[in-house]
Amino acid sequence: MTRTLTALSARRRHPLAVVVLIALALVLVGGLYAAVAPRPAEASTATADADDLQAGKELFLANCATCHGLDAQGGEIVDGSGAGPSLIGVGAASVDFQVGTGRMPLQMSSAQAPEVPKIRFSQEQIDQMAAYIASLAPGPAIPGEDVLDMSDVTAQDVSRGAQIFRTNCAMCHNFAGKGGALTGGKYAPDLTGVEGKYIYEAMVTGPQSMPVFPNSTISPEDKTAIIAWLTQEEEFRPEPGGLPLGSLGPVSEGLLAWIAGIGLLVGCSVWLGMKSS
Amino acid sequence: MSEIERADEAHGQGSTALAKSGSGVPERFENPGLPPHRHRMGDVDPQAAKRAERQVAFMLLLSVLGSIGIIVSIIGIEYNGGWDRISTSTRAIGLCMFVSLFMLGVGAVHWAKTLMPDDERIDYRHRQRGTTAEREQAVAILKEGSAEAGLGRRPLIRNTLIGALALFPLPAVFFFRDTGPLPGNSLSVTMWEEGTYLVKDPTGGRIRAADLTYGTVVHVMPEGIDELEEPLNEKAKSAVLLMRLDEDLLTPKSAEWGVDGTVAYSKICTHMGCPVALYEQQTHHLLCPCHQSTFDVTQDCKVIFGPANRPLPQLPIRVDAEGYLQASSGFHEAVGPSFWERG
Amino acid sequence: MSTIDKAAGGVGNFADDTVGASKIVNGFARKIFPDHWSFMLGEITLYSFVILLFTGTFLTFFYEPSAAHTVYNGDYAPLAGQGVSEAYASSLRISFDVRGGLIMRQVHHWAALIFVAATVVHMIRVFFTGAFRKPREINWVIGLVLALLAVFEGFTGYSLPDDLLSGTGIRIAQAIILSVPVVGSYISFFLFGGEYPGEDFIPRFFTIHILLLPAVMLGLIVVHLALVVIHKHTQYPGPGRTEDNVVGFPLFPVYMAKAGGFFFIVFGVIALIAGLVQINPIWAYGPYDPSPVTAGSQPDWYMGWLDGAVRITPGWWEFTLFGFTFSMNIFIPTTALILFVMAAGALYPWIEQAATGDRREHHLLDRPRNAPTRTGLGVMALTFYVLLWISGGNDVIAHMVGLSINDITRFMRVAVFVLPALAFVVTKRICLGLQRKDREKALHGRETGRIVRLPHGEFIEVHAPLSEAERWVLVQHDANRPMDVEDRLDAGNPNSLYGKVQRRLSRFYFEDRVEPVTPAELAAAHHGHDTEIESQEHASIEEKQGDAAIATSQKYHG
Repeated sequence: MTRTLTALSARRRHPLAVVVLIALALVLVGGLYAAVAPRPAEASTATADADDLQAGKELFLANCATCHGLDAQGGEIVDGSGAGPSLIGVGAASVDFQVGTGRMPLQMSSAQAPEVPKIRFSQEQIDQMAAYIASLAPGPAIPGEDVLDMSDVTAQDVSRGAQIFRTNCAMCHNFAGKGGALTGGKYAPDLTGVEGKYIYEAMVTGPQSMPVFPNSTISPEDKTAIIAWLTQEEEFRPEPGGLPLGSLGPVSEGLLAWIAGIGLLVGCSVWLGMKSS
Repeated sequence: MSEIERADEAHGQGSTALAKSGSGVPERFENPGLPPHRHRMGDVDPQAAKRAERQVAFMLLLSVLGSIGIIVSIIGIEYNGGWDRISTSTRAIGLCMFVSLFMLGVGAVHWAKTLMPDDERIDYRHRQRGTTAEREQAVAILKEGSAEAGLGRRPLIRNTLIGALALFPLPAVFFFRDTGPLPGNSLSVTMWEEGTYLVKDPTGGRIRAADLTYGTVVHVMPEGIDELEEPLNEKAKSAVLLMRLDEDLLTPKSAEWGVDGTVAYSKICTHMGCPVALYEQQTHHLLCPCHQSTFDVTQDCKVIFGPANRPLPQLPIRVDAEGYLQASSGFHEAVGPSFWERG
Repeated sequence: MSTIDKAAGGVGNFADDTVGASKIVNGFARKIFPDHWSFMLGEITLYSFVILLFTGTFLTFFYEPSAAHTVYNGDYAPLAGQGVSEAYASSLRISFDVRGGLIMRQVHHWAALIFVAATVVHMIRVFFTGAFRKPREINWVIGLVLALLAVFEGFTGYSLPDDLLSGTGIRIAQAIILSVPVVGSYISFFLFGGEYPGEDFIPRFFTIHILLLPAVMLGLIVVHLALVVIHKHTQYPGPGRTEDNVVGFPLFPVYMAKAGGFFFIVFGVIALIAGLVQINPIWAYGPYDPSPVTAGSQPDWYMGWLDGAVRITPGWWEFTLFGFTFSMNIFIPTTALILFVMAAGALYPWIEQAATGDRREHHLLDRPRNAPTRTGLGVMALTFYVLLWISGGNDVIAHMVGLSINDITRFMRVAVFVLPALAFVVTKRICLGLQRKDREKALHGRETGRIVRLPHGEFIEVHAPLSEAERWVLVQHDANRPMDVEDRLDAGNPNSLYGKVQRRLSRFYFEDRVEPVTPAELAAAHHGHDTEIESQEHASIEEKQGDAAIATSQKYHG
């Protein structure tokens, strides 16, 4: 079974070999940089805008330019599997999302960049890079406090958010935001525990496979409502029935019925059929 | 029952010991008969029996406590006083039911296992098939009966009887006639027609073509669908997915039916009717979450993987004078899962 | 006489006067039931069904079988003010506002999953032990029909809350109906009262779920159990157990306590799971609407194999001919597959009868190893089923394990044909190997793990002799052999087509076989040891004669 799968994927993944090479190069460059350059955290404490842009540009050149090109116009495209898209016009929100969730810089090649818990940059450095990219061309901005403020969310808001979520998001991210599979090993990630800011940024920028939901189609208030439904789960999304089994639907329920239900009952049957000593 | 005897008595009856070597070796082994009964602790040791009795009583007492617990949980825990209460109530009732029922069951089984006789008994079987005499008698009765009825002699009655019996259930089928209307062409038509505006699902509101950036997807319904008598029936056919991508990526027909790279395709899978709404912005693939049929928007939504066969139908769209998107005609073919008359 | 005795006497007297209770007691109270854990599997099924009747009745007191439009105004914020159906709103009321309603819903749903699962396990037991053989063929067919009805019953129940997931399930069911050639659209319009989804399917499914199917199932269950009483229960082979008796414990009091107690055990275990683990959180799925859908849309487990079959069927199976659409990509892996499985299952007892030419009654069960071809076929069918089932969860597996859905699907398209065949061959080999081991054991005794060194330096393991009873289990079975032209038991022309098919079938079943040890072989084996080692009292010793003995026996029989 394993062998067949490997064989299939080896044949299929052939174009991805390029990505592997690039990722290796990336690791190599990153390693060299880490060895030679001063640690990023000590690199800059600039406050002025111009300084921020300069620092952002330096960070970009050191960490991103390998794939995205020195002028952020995108890396060389080899064999259809584009290495590093152009960042012109992606906006500050995109940088904040990609770098802030650890998806960028790409750590290893796979069907898509995974969320990484350990972030290599401070928020200040991310802001600097975001400012630099935003200075190249206009794009979605990092959302302000006003749309992320959940303090005056009402039940009606949460209800509207849930309804919009079901039509626009649930088909990929599942009814409870637990994520799901896409084609070819790609996936829609689990949204539990994700900061509201990143959910907002993902909607306006459409990272990786995700489509864009601009403010013209889902208004900022509706986005706030979706985020309220997703992030205020303790208050608004109870699981009164007990363990939710990962909110995966009938698959995990069926497994439990077989393993725990039939398992326990067969155990009882065996005990019942045993002779007493 | 007289046929049942104690196994101890039966033991030895059927057991012809294995014949010793020599000319009398049987061809097959013979059944050695039931082994002698082995006594349990409780059978010989009154202490052990007493202990077992107390164990059973303890289990039954636990069951009593469980039953009381259920009543206390139902009455004592205010049910709709917040989510914690529902959760606590459910858990408490469930666990008390477990104790009440499980302990009752375990107690009864433990009683049977330790204190009721555990020597196996024998009941005899009879062949299902009757003896030759019984079978002959049965055949004779049947023959006699049919001779009395004269079925053989009166073929007219026999044949009309068969006809009548065969036909009488048939009208039952026709009673189902009014369970529903005939399909007509309703599987082939939707409410989309020339000039129907595209509105956002579920929030409503027309869509300006200029507002859509590359990579945008909008879930769309025909305007006015909520005013219909049965909107769900129409939604099951008319749901549309609006996507904007680089016009150069589209096929010429697809681009022509769209507006500046914005194209509208039926969201109802041509396989089994699930909403095909997983749009991958980079590959331009549309994936159905039910059976993984994959459609390529850059190839006019042709199926590139999975169990669907037909491409998703495209809805031709245009912009009105104010820049809002509207259908320039209805669908040119039936949307949704295949059916016999679809052709 | 105490008051209780008096009262009991009075009741007994009345019962006898009115319904002849004494005859019933005489006839049934001491009926013998053999004891084995695997005989309790059917009881799990029966008791889950009873639990379903109890809890289902409770649910009907509060459920509103109507698709009429209403607005949810309960406490659950994510649905506040949304338009929902009466059915959905009342299901939420049962969950959130009726005392003990949520636990009842959860017991009902868990019991349903366990009901079908226990049915499958029970069928597996019956198949592998050959309990479907004469005179129980009809009961096997009734069991199959019950299993199918159980699946439909489960599906109609799953559809009633009218939540997003169940609605998606109904949508797929409607597509399955549409795929039926010629009459598909008509059946769909009559069942749904017009266009999908319409407002009629909820009350109709409700009637089917709570009246029609349970009534039919209850009737079939009564027949199923009546036949068990008429045939008397099968038993595993063992010393003292024959085709003419049944050895076990009397219904009253032992089985009354054991089986009665087991009902409460089953109910208790289901209540435990239902109290701790949430199932079918309809509030989280949201109300049904044909436009939204959730990732990982799956049916309950018992429909999973059909869903899996649909998922791995390639789309080009659909074609258009003479202006009509043949949706074979849907019809074959659903309707046709169910019909095929039911037909193959229902005919199996007669297929095997044709192969053995055996028309005798069988009340002693087979040990699965002693019927290698049947066991192989059973494992083959199970492998096929499980692979389809896994295919039905391909998206969840892909997401959990990090594989590509496309890879899993492509793999399964091949695996559903290759792996079952492989499973057949491997299982049959394992069975034959186990039978050889049984022969070894019957001839030379049980391995003790004690190694001794013989005077001439050879190391041997000491084997403890078997008791007569232990040996009996290993040698009691009949070995079927391929039929020759002359020993076909059926009347009829052996050179007819049927005769040829029958002989070929018989060769397929019994060409590879291991015969049980005969007394003569045992005597010969003992004789060999006695001359070789005199010092071993009551101990026979493993030698390299085992294989030779089998070869001899095969030559002798073949």
